[in-house]
Amino acid sequence: MNPIAPIIEKGTSLISLPLIAEKTSPYIPIPLQIKGIHLLVKAKKKVWKGKPVPVFVEKPLPDADSLAIKDIDVSNPFLYRQGLWLSYFKRLRDECPVHYQANSPFGPFWSITRYEDILYVDKHHDLFSAEPIISIGDRPEGMPIEMFIAMDPPKHDVQRQAVQAAVAPKNLAEMEGLIRTRTQDVLDNLPLDKPFDWVDKVSVELTSRMLATLFDFPYEDRHKLAYWSDLSTSSPETTGGPIPSDKVFPVAAEAARYFTELWHRKAAQKAAGKEMGFDLISLLLNNEKTKDMISRPMELMGNLTLLIVGGNDTTRNSMTGGVLALNEFPEEFAKLKNNPKLIPSMVSEIIRWQTPLAYMRRVAKQDVELNGQIIRKGDKVIMWYASGNRDERAIEKPDQFIIDRKNPRNHISFGFGVHRCMGNRLAEMQLRILWEELLARFENIEVVSNPEYVQSNFVRGYTKMMVKLTAKAK
Amino acid sequence: MGNIIFIEHDGSRHEAQIEEGATLMQTAMDNGVPGIDADCGGSCACGTCHVIVDKKWLESVGDASNTELQMLDMAPEKSETSRLSCQITTTEAMDGMEVHLPEFQM
Repeated sequence: MNPIAPIIEKGTSLISLPLIAEKTSPYIPIPLQIKGIHLLVKAKKKVWKGKPVPVFVEKPLPDADSLAIKDIDVSNPFLYRQGLWLSYFKRLRDECPVHYQANSPFGPFWSITRYEDILYVDKHHDLFSAEPIISIGDRPEGMPIEMFIAMDPPKHDVQRQAVQAAVAPKNLAEMEGLIRTRTQDVLDNLPLDKPFDWVDKVSVELTSRMLATLFDFPYEDRHKLAYWSDLSTSSPETTGGPIPSDKVFPVAAEAARYFTELWHRKAAQKAAGKEMGFDLISLLLNNEKTKDMISRPMELMGNLTLLIVGGNDTTRNSMTGGVLALNEFPEEFAKLKNNPKLIPSMVSEIIRWQTPLAYMRRVAKQDVELNGQIIRKGDKVIMWYASGNRDERAIEKPDQFIIDRKNPRNHISFGFGVHRCMGNRLAEMQLRILWEELLARFENIEVVSNPEYVQSNFVRGYTKMMVKLTAKAK
Repeated sequence: MGNIIFIEHDGSRHEAQIEEGATLMQTAMDNGVPGIDADCGGSCACGTCHVIVDKKWLESVGDASNTELQMLDMAPEKSETSRLSCQITTTEAMDGMEVHLPEFQM
């Protein structure tokens, strides 16, 4: 009997896609499930005319000072690209730090813009829920994957603990040598004295290699990881991005196929008594609580997607952002070259200055008063890390890039509380190795034209940045 | 003035003078004890000032709050007597107390 049939019949008036996925998952291969869901969503949109998806067309945005405070909409996906985010957020921090925007394309939402208030919201998972998603818009329909970043305790804690060993410092120490060799290989093959795209040749390449290492993913297919990650954060309804979620389904099916195969291959190795590696799937297979995760595909795909996305955009854009920052603040570049011991402190400063993810979203679980405003139960609350990291009340000269600043680790880019970034040590290690190897090879890394920026209200990143390298005198 | 002894994972010992009322985290930072990051600056929100208190001294340092326990749950090297040092207020009664540092903060 076809296991889908009774469920579809049951839900004639409103097909519950997560239900279908949950009920059918033990019987049907994951990629086929995703394809099936995609077809259902398409059919459903035709019949019921689902919620309209916003379309974003870039126009020059008005100056912050020309707007009434209630009209400031920091969810605009072009705000970062147009360089206006600094002035928009400064106005909110100074005039209305807990700000309500009633009419955004993503529905009404509160913005939390000061460091201390963000810390408060992030810490209070009892008052502010991370469910069902951490982006400002809702997820594309029909993708009910489960990620612990968007779960509350206690379920969150169990899931996170199952996978965090993969990026725990002990495991990282095992991987450091391999990461360094792979970094050296990339840098040794860069062109000298002629412009090339740093994003493509360095940032994307290195993060793809890192992800392939972390997952023990087929090395020659590593670019697929970056591609999957890009697609999963770029739909207009979740982040204001340029890629319709329609395009995401076939890719999700492809990713699921790859990872299912990888899982079975590792499971066979384990069954044959072979020594298991330090990659994520081996760790999952070796953990009592997670060794059967293949039978919970939405949880498996959720965890994998979370690690791919978490390890991709963030580090990639910090790798580009660091070069840009040193070009905008050349005296800091000189300082660095004179004293490479500043690398670890500079790495923290890069992560603050770039803040590669602009925010995390919460939903109020009850009425909460915050900084004079009453946030109602059920309201969407956005913690703008990008603004918190530039809050003059918490950070001295916040718009300056200072590689030896006091307490460089006190930035907010990793978030605080139970959802604090799990891969923070991995990110720091990757950036540290990159800069150690860069300083050993190059006298200068010159940005030769203005970078191009990602369209998103979530990812603060670069699509292209042309640079020119000068070799270090031997 | 009493002292608290911080012992690194490799066994190196660091003595720090007690400053009554300061947190254990602050005491370590003020005395240049390596191995404590304190990323959130003492808000019980990052878990990077993890220490392991010597069993004999558990009573003196008091109980951990639920928030603290939840943050400690995320520490890979968590043990029975793990604490976040930003949540311990030092007193002269802690003279001679030994606390161990984990190999890594996370």
